[in-house]
Amino acid sequence: MVAETQKNLEKVFEKQRKFCKVNEIVEKYKYQKQNLIAILQEVQGEYRYLPEEIMTYIATIMSISPASVYGVATFYSQFSLDPKGKYEVKVCDGTACHVRGSMPVYKAIKEKLKLKDGKFTTEDLQFSVETVRCLGACALAPVVVINNKVYSKVTPEAVKIILDKLLERSGEGDKAND
Amino acid sequence: MTNTVKADIKKEFERASEYVKKTGARVLICSGTGCVANGALDIYDKFLQLGADVKLKGEKHVTAIKTGCHGFCEQGVFVAIPDLKLTYVRVKPEDVAEIIEKTLKNAEVIDRLLFVDPKTNKTIQNPQEIDFYKYQTKKALFNCGQINPENIDEYIAARGYEAIDKVIKEFTPEQVCNEVEQSGLRGRGGGGFPTGKKWNFVRMNKADQKYVICNADEGDPGAFMDCGLMEGDPHRLIEGMIIAAYAVESSLGYIYVRAEYPLAVKRLKIAIQQAEERGFLGDNIFGTDFSFRIKIKEGAGAFVCGEETALIASIEGDRGMPMPKPPFPANEGLFGKPTLINNVETYANITMIILNNAEQYKKYGTGGSPGTKTFSITGEINNSGLIEVPLGTTLKEIVYDIGGGIRNNKKFKAVQIGGPSGGCLTEQHLDLALDYESLKSVGAMVGSGGLVVMNEDTCIVEVARFFLEFTQSESCGKCIPCREGTKQMLHILEKIVAGKAELKDLKLLEELAEVVQLGSLCGLGKTAPNPVLSTLKYFKDEYLAHIVDKRCPAGVCEAFKTIKIDPALCKGCTKCSKVCPVSAISGKIKETFVIDQEKCIKCGACLTSCPFDAIKEEN
Amino acid sequence: MNANIMENKIEQKLIVDGKEVSFSNEKNLLEVIRKAGIEVPTFCYRPDLSTYGACRMCVVEIEGMGIQTSCTVKPQAGMKVQVNTEKTRKIRKMTVELLLASHNRDCTICAKSENCDLQDLAKKLGVRDVRFPSKEKHLPIDDKNPSIVRDPSKCILCGACVRACKEIQGTGCLSFVNRGSEATVMPAYGKGLDEVDCTYCGQCTAVCPTGALRIKSDIDRVWEQILDPKKKVVVQIAPAVRIAAGETFGLPYGENTLGLITAALRKIGFDSIFDTCFTADLTIMEEASEFIERFKKGENLPLFTSCCPAWVRFLEQRYPSFLKNLSTCKSPQQMFGSVAKKVLIEEFNLNKPADQQIKKEDIVIVSIMPCTAKKAECNKEEFKTDDTKDVDFVLTTQEMIRMINEAGVDFKHIEPEHLDSPFGIFSGAGVIFGSSGGVAEAALRTAYETITGRKIEKVAITEARGLHTVKELSIKIDEHEVKVAIVNTLSEASALLERIKNGEAHYHMVEVMACPGGCLGGAGQPPSYKDREIKERRMKGLYDADVHNPIHKSHDNPEIIRLYQKWLEKPNSHIAHELLHTHYKNRKRIFGEIINLSSVEKGAKVTDVQVCVGTNCYAKGSYGIIEALTKLIKENNLENNVNIRATFCMEHCSEGPSVVIDGELILKATLDKIEGVFKDKILSKYQK
Ligand SMILES: Cc1cc2nc3c(=O)[nH]c(=O)nc-3n(C[C@H](O)[C@H](O)[C@H](O)COP(=O)(O)O)c2cc1C
Ligand code: SF4
Ligand code: SF4
Ligand code: SF4
Ligand code: SF4
Ligand code: SF4
Ligand code: SF4
Ligand code: SF4
Ligand code: SF4
Ligand code: FES
Ligand code: FES
Ligand code: FES
Ligand code: FES
Repeated sequence: MVAETQKNLEKVFEKQRKFCKVNEIVEKYKYQKQNLIAILQEVQGEYRYLPEEIMTYIATIMSISPASVYGVATFYSQFSLDPKGKYEVKVCDGTACHVRGSMPVYKAIKEKLKLKDGKFTTEDLQFSVETVRCLGACALAPVVVINNKVYSKVTPEAVKIILDKLLERSGEGDKAND
Repeated sequence: MTNTVKADIKKEFERASEYVKKTGARVLICSGTGCVANGALDIYDKFLQLGADVKLKGEKHVTAIKTGCHGFCEQGVFVAIPDLKLTYVRVKPEDVAEIIEKTLKNAEVIDRLLFVDPKTNKTIQNPQEIDFYKYQTKKALFNCGQINPENIDEYIAARGYEAIDKVIKEFTPEQVCNEVEQSGLRGRGGGGFPTGKKWNFVRMNKADQKYVICNADEGDPGAFMDCGLMEGDPHRLIEGMIIAAYAVESSLGYIYVRAEYPLAVKRLKIAIQQAEERGFLGDNIFGTDFSFRIKIKEGAGAFVCGEETALIASIEGDRGMPMPKPPFPANEGLFGKPTLINNVETYANITMIILNNAEQYKKYGTGGSPGTKTFSITGEINNSGLIEVPLGTTLKEIVYDIGGGIRNNKKFKAVQIGGPSGGCLTEQHLDLALDYESLKSVGAMVGSGGLVVMNEDTCIVEVARFFLEFTQSESCGKCIPCREGTKQMLHILEKIVAGKAELKDLKLLEELAEVVQLGSLCGLGKTAPNPVLSTLKYFKDEYLAHIVDKRCPAGVCEAFKTIKIDPALCKGCTKCSKVCPVSAISGKIKETFVIDQEKCIKCGACLTSCPFDAIKEEN
Repeated sequence: MNANIMENKIEQKLIVDGKEVSFSNEKNLLEVIRKAGIEVPTFCYRPDLSTYGACRMCVVEIEGMGIQTSCTVKPQAGMKVQVNTEKTRKIRKMTVELLLASHNRDCTICAKSENCDLQDLAKKLGVRDVRFPSKEKHLPIDDKNPSIVRDPSKCILCGACVRACKEIQGTGCLSFVNRGSEATVMPAYGKGLDEVDCTYCGQCTAVCPTGALRIKSDIDRVWEQILDPKKKVVVQIAPAVRIAAGETFGLPYGENTLGLITAALRKIGFDSIFDTCFTADLTIMEEASEFIERFKKGENLPLFTSCCPAWVRFLEQRYPSFLKNLSTCKSPQQMFGSVAKKVLIEEFNLNKPADQQIKKEDIVIVSIMPCTAKKAECNKEEFKTDDTKDVDFVLTTQEMIRMINEAGVDFKHIEPEHLDSPFGIFSGAGVIFGSSGGVAEAALRTAYETITGRKIEKVAITEARGLHTVKELSIKIDEHEVKVAIVNTLSEASALLERIKNGEAHYHMVEVMACPGGCLGGAGQPPSYKDREIKERRMKGLYDADVHNPIHKSHDNPEIIRLYQKWLEKPNSHIAHELLHTHYKNRKRIFGEIINLSSVEKGAKVTDVQVCVGTNCYAKGSYGIIEALTKLIKENNLENNVNIRATFCMEHCSEGPSVVIDGELILKATLDKIEGVFKDKILSKYQK
């Protein structure tokens, strides 16, 4: 086989290995339409976003139209159609957090990560930032959650320190992986 | 799945009580979302590590127990030792060793960890004497903070699953519905519809399959009562659902939990599994023909899915778009079958009604609104957290007695009740009794029970804009008045806070509000104008100040700020002109600098750059 | 149950605007009010689709229930309803104003102008001012397919198209996407309709109240041809056109206006005017003989009719495994094209001096069709001869009407005229093609007489008729029992395919039409969704045309007989096959392209091997098979003889891994099996 095609084939197989995982998930939910949201949630857990080809694949094996899957995926704010960062920063902008100053915190984060308007994920796919509605810790407002860890009573200054620590750590992590 | 266990509640109770007794002296470590955020799990681990063989006062065996929310999350992490009538607040992992050494071994109180009453500046040891707890009536939340939510025995020992046993043995489905109707319980999810009546509707609809759904979507941003309940006492909710299922003759239930509550989901899953193992859930419950199972469905981030028809669409795997009612879910619900939908707290009230009785239940609350209600109080208030009071308690009692008044001695301005679909209450309502009728009479609603307190520094127009931004972005987009109407309302409010609105915009805003309210398909759109309408009613002058005087009385809205250089203080050092991103500052070195107001974008960068504090912000 | 039905039939009364109105089994209050002659505006209600309740235009005030949308409320005895109150008027007017704010309001040049519901209501409600800022950016127009233009800037999100595509066609190509003010209706991932499983049936355009989904217009291009003196423009008129065109001009529903149409088209400047019914007869000749052959052999049954291009595309995209069942006959429109470009030219040129002869490139074939899918059909690669299309342009009934208006022809008052010959003679069997059931009926008439050699006793096969989406019949032909299913709408067709697949249904012939009621309800026709009666009347018009036609069977059409005698020999002859038959392609949208694993050029001596690397086959070990095959090829020095390719899902997942060697499918390929196959099929070929 030509090296080039060998490579192409490898790519296909890599994709197929991915699909195998999707197969397992859909199988677990018995191909039922009513489990579509749960399926997409698990798939997103696996890939950190919903790749188009995987949505089409899910639609095909579940016998629903790709358009319906896409419709569901774009309805719920939890789903992302673009790759998300390694650290998912969620700034609560529920009422309690809002009146206690969540927006300055949000601005500080975007500034710190140099995310200009319209962009929510850093170029290096390390961080994505979004606002969410109430995380159920209103008494500790404003609240920021980073990969499921809750930070309470966050100030713009404090959040910069938190991010610095993560940046440091993720730098190390990358080195360790090399 | 057939239950091999035939539950015998008396035996279960005895066994559970024995188990609880064996836990000895209990060290209750709050592990609600709030306290976990503050390190509760580390504290628990530390206790396990250091306190393995410790005995209270050298005598009684000690067990560290993770509990649900104590309510006063602000002061977390809570560590309570009921045997000593003592509660520590703001505990850190590094305090654990000291607590073990001093308090557990020697019954010594560590003053530093006690709650300090902000009014008297004195420490308080017994939680029951803290204002925040003193004025509450915990019923639905009774177990929260007292038991380990991940252990079914602790719930059983607190008379758990006795109500369903009683119902199965002594009641027909009709009697259950009637008892609930008698109690006067009204839905805690917002609308306040009489629960027993709804149960009877579903019961009377004959069908091969009916469903019972628990609405745990708690979408109101600023409310976390359902979250606290599910995390702190999941079995109470499950038992309420089982009773409902018996009453309406359903065999399958769903709990629809919002995705942002992972801890609640985890605890519910554990609780369901335990209840199945004990034979309270599953096939042939208590050896009868009655079978019931519960599935958990996690939401995926859509406020509108709290609306019952949208919730149903979401459970079916679709976009959460509401359907017009009628038909109501009680007639045509999930998969087209009769479906009962109630809120978490509604179900949590059921066991109380059954165990005592409807009459007893009505002792609390008002005639039209019996029982207690949980509220979350947040915002600019001293004691924020999760509380429970009889319906009919006044706003003043909540804000001042329990909530301890406004933070930083600021002036009370308003309370937003019921979140984005609710209304605002002002000083004139402080003596208003919080119940369904009174609130409705002033154009507000109990709603979910979220209370967000605002002070003089809050701009009410900005808050109305915030709520509209919320409803606008959470609108499902199905019907035109809501989809397009809220967008235009938001646009007008944005113009107002940006100082670009004219008086005719206010008129258009009111006109729009009416059409959105009347014309929208579901509750989201129908109530979306409420925050605007109620703030317009009580704070019209603030709107006018923004529109006519081009001024924000609370000093919040950036558009009305001006950044000025005080000529008396400026030394002409040039620093500020260097930081200004739009080159709005000019001047000659060592002379007075000036800001070109046309150019200035109010970024505030120059404020901190002046070594002589010559630059000020004015409203 | 019975009691229930009885109860439903009982006349009950409610009060609308103070007037007593009776109702019995209307499905909602809106229908009751309309029946009472009171107009209620609507955008999203479509009687034949599920109720959506989104536009809020149909609001009424009901005593005790407040403001309700009348399309979603069940009528109840004693209800007191008010249609026009201060509140309902306010809601309607403001709602339209809000819609207009985010709407691309270029009515003057909009293709939907004149019959646009939005424009109409804005006018009726007196919306004269839009006090809100206009939407600045609109999503781009999607017009990359031959049939349909999708313009999101005109969409009011009434959801009718989403429902039509899903409920009528079961294709679900369109969906709501995003939410709130960002909500839009579009195909998956915002792709063009040409990139998804759209069948171009156009039903979405038929229900769209605005210009957001509209039929792609070919009028200008046809005008160009007509005005070009060099071109000989030949037009064919489809069966269903004649019974719908008159409606727009105020003639009764279902009136046959073939003569008027012919006259109008001649006025417009078409050179020859023929009838697609003629080639419908030809189709029957071919299809009936194809059926008889398959029936005798018991092969590839049931035979599926192939005259509806939306159905054909649906099968190609969704159920390729059934393609072998499709009749290989071209549709009447395409038969017309290929016969015209071959035979007609020669007949035209017969006995003409060389300078008057028409050149092939100067003949232009235009079709007037009830159909949007036909526009796509005529562009298919399969329907091109020497790179020119057999049919050059397709105009829908609606476009024809617009041309008539553009040409200033007073349709109602012109003198009817006759069609040209030779393709203007047709049988009644050809005309009923325009109705669901017509093709099957026509084919059965011919098949019966061909097989038995006897005259059929009853020409009208009434079981095949009517608007129901599924009809079943069985007919005795000699000792044989022929079972036929007739379905219209593709969602009904998929249900039927599933039943056939699962062995729950057995037929010999299946007729499928994508549009409700068949072509008479085609998307190119004037709108017919508002009232079921319109379709009924059109259907009657078609069957009446059969009755009034002296010829009832395709094989009795003298022109058809002559055509075979002179040009085509006999049905299914070699020449007939060349001109009148086609083949189909698997167009299933799979993810990924075929990957060539070797670099051998295609050629007669090259063996083609395809190994499925779809998910299922991959999981079952197709990778190992590729490795093994590559090794075998190398060991035997066949690198220049065998072309190995990795393909995606061959739709035999449960029996994977699938391998295809020179077109032959091998299932459950194990390593052992593949070695054997390699020896038998490949090695042996080259060892000679
Ligand atoms: C936009 C919207 C959001 C809602 N969100 C919730 C919610 O988060 N939780 C809830 O219990 N009810 C919510 N409701 C109310 C429910 O639709 C429903 O009335 C309630 O679950 C009925 O239960 P109850 O009778 O026990 O109150 C919401 C309603 C609307 C219109
Ligand atoms: S009111 Fe809003 S949320 Fe409700 S159906 Fe209409 S658009 Fe959707
Ligand atoms: S920094 Fe302060 S002192 Fe210096 S020029 Fe600016 S205003 Fe004047
Ligand atoms: S506030 Fe910002 S823009 Fe305005 S003068 Fe200061 S630095 Fe410049
Ligand atoms: S869709 Fe209707 S309202 Fe819109 S531009 Fe076209 S004609 Fe005008
Ligand atoms: S309607 Fe009036 S403004 Fe418009 S083109 Fe005609 S004359 Fe001009
Ligand atoms: S043309 Fe037919 S298949 Fe295509 S989107 Fe429209 S309704 Fe669906
Ligand atoms: S494209 Fe037409 S039919 Fe479809 S939602 Fe938009 S306006 Fe309605
Ligand atoms: S049924 Fe007729 S009009 Fe409809 S798509 Fe098929 S051929 Fe075209
Ligand atoms: S509002 Fe932020 S946690 Fe509730
Ligand atoms: S979470 Fe600990 S007190 Fe609320
Ligand atoms: S027609 Fe009734 S809501 Fe649209
Ligand atoms: S994956 Fe190979 S046949 Fe389907």
